[in-house]
Amino acid sequence: MSFTAIFFFVAIVGLTLVITWWASRRTSSASDFYTAGGGLTGWQNGLAIAGDYLSAASFLGIAGSIALFGFDGFFFSIGYLVAYLVVLYIVAEPLRNLGKFTLADMITARFNKAKVRGAAALSTITIVLFYMIAQLVGAGALIQLLLGIDYWIAVLLVGVMMTIYVLFGGMTATSWVQIIKAVLLMLGTVIISFLVLAKFDFSIATMFTEMKTATEHGDAYLNPGLRYTNGIDTISMLTALVLGTAGLPHILMRFFTVKDAQTARSSVIWATWIVGLFYILTIFLGFGAAAFVGFDNIVAANPAGNMAAPLLADALGGDILFSFVCAVAFATILAVVAGLVLSGASALSHDIYGQIIKKGKVSEKEQVVAARIGSIAIAIVSIVLALGAQTLNVAFLVSFAFCIAASANLPVIIYTIYWKRFNTTGAVSAILVGLVSCLVLGAIGPNVWSPIEGKAIFVGEPLLMLSNPALITVPLGFLAGWVGSFLAPAEDPAIYREVEVKAQTGISVQDVSH
Amino acid sequence: MAKNQNIDYEKIAQLESFKQLAKKKNSFLWTLTVIFLAAYMLLPVLTSYTKILHQPVIGDITGVWLYAGALFIMTWSLAHLYVGRANKFDKEAKAIISEYEGSVRK
Repeated sequence: MSFTAIFFFVAIVGLTLVITWWASRRTSSASDFYTAGGGLTGWQNGLAIAGDYLSAASFLGIAGSIALFGFDGFFFSIGYLVAYLVVLYIVAEPLRNLGKFTLADMITARFNKAKVRGAAALSTITIVLFYMIAQLVGAGALIQLLLGIDYWIAVLLVGVMMTIYVLFGGMTATSWVQIIKAVLLMLGTVIISFLVLAKFDFSIATMFTEMKTATEHGDAYLNPGLRYTNGIDTISMLTALVLGTAGLPHILMRFFTVKDAQTARSSVIWATWIVGLFYILTIFLGFGAAAFVGFDNIVAANPAGNMAAPLLADALGGDILFSFVCAVAFATILAVVAGLVLSGASALSHDIYGQIIKKGKVSEKEQVVAARIGSIAIAIVSIVLALGAQTLNVAFLVSFAFCIAASANLPVIIYTIYWKRFNTTGAVSAILVGLVSCLVLGAIGPNVWSPIEGKAIFVGEPLLMLSNPALITVPLGFLAGWVGSFLAPAEDPAIYREVEVKAQTGISVQDVSH
Repeated sequence: MAKNQNIDYEKIAQLESFKQLAKKKNSFLWTLTVIFLAAYMLLPVLTSYTKILHQPVIGDITGVWLYAGALFIMTWSLAHLYVGRANKFDKEAKAIISEYEGSVRK
């Protein structure tokens, strides 16, 4: 590893630790810990959402996919962006108006039952673990490649860093790590894209013309079909991408860090612009890598294409840009896993321990202690799982987390806010059926079973040919909520009217003068 | 939060102005949600079952990229459209709250 690389890594680690130290002095209550006291502004939260969302799977994964498969890689960029409209139109404001720290808080604003909260916490923790293992496995492989250290040391390094941020700095440190990461990631991506465009005489038309002959695929590189050949499978995957974001616990949690629905709204606008620009630029990263690094070199460094962006930086900007981009990738992973630890801890410590076991009778001090213990627990479990999951496919784990979020969380969120007849039985059925159907259909799918040895976890014929079962599980989640609601009697309509008034007017978070 | 316990949600829910706002807001949100989800899901349907978008349109840029670009522009435009409408809804919500407060004082 070069001196420049060490410099950038130490600078990022140092900067984030200073932020954590600063944040730790402003973190004393449970609200500080989980939501930074609700004091973030629109642009701050918008950047933090982008920092939370643009994971290594986006930066390294999509750039690699576009480099190897052309347009088929870009499908992810489109799905991940349009998903923000679902967040903005359906979820963001009612969530801010009804919730406190977690998704379960929002659902229990209507159904104050331990089993509803327990089910919501269970799906949150499951999603967090899938997503986190994906990030840690990706991080381990990346740092192993970049620094030449062992996989387990790399995973431990990331694991310890994320635990420090969350443990001492809570949501304040996590948010600022995410904001800085978003700025660095955009900076790195813009620089590489500019250099790529310069190679094509600053003409997008020239770039497309050159790309027709730059890869072994010829014309086909500019059209879909190199990777996804099964229509139903493609549609199912795109369903998970567009509907999953609005059910991801670490993204939902970010809406509790602002003071009201107006700020939640403006933070989504900021996030949509930043995330959208980033995803547009993934075209330049992918095309650039295909043209200037080459298919063989990308696959030689990592069969999934994850090294495409760093290798491109090396080809265009030499050691300095390569080191910078690697450090940015490291920061990217740290920011995402810190957000995940926090949302996992909120489900474990606030929902399960504080509200279910202690029935809400916990002092402020106990809540903060519980939050810290919960963070350590989530961190340890995910580090241990990640150490054993080295060979799992990272992209599969991430798209699977999206599938659970879309199938188990989204139906219950929508019904809670918009459907009068919804009840406790419906809520529990929607979450459990969505969650279990994803796990079962995933377990019999082609990512777990393959007749070719080494392509999946087990050797054998998959029973279901969908690599992402969202097309079946999302309707199942909605159906279960509907059927469950009609199996039990209707509940007190006054509670729904209260939820409706709060969600529509924001009256509960505004000052009402009497 | 203590203050909120005193809010008579039932009374607000029964206000004609509230019912109208809820109806207007929901029909706006769900109409556009159906439209943008349909525009989005049409892309994999077209690319998987037809070759319409596979033809070069501008120079060598094929239709899929232009359709994808249009989805990006749609996302940004609808996000801003939402904010514009939501700001208007906020004013109406405020009016409803003051209407309620006025009726409570009486």
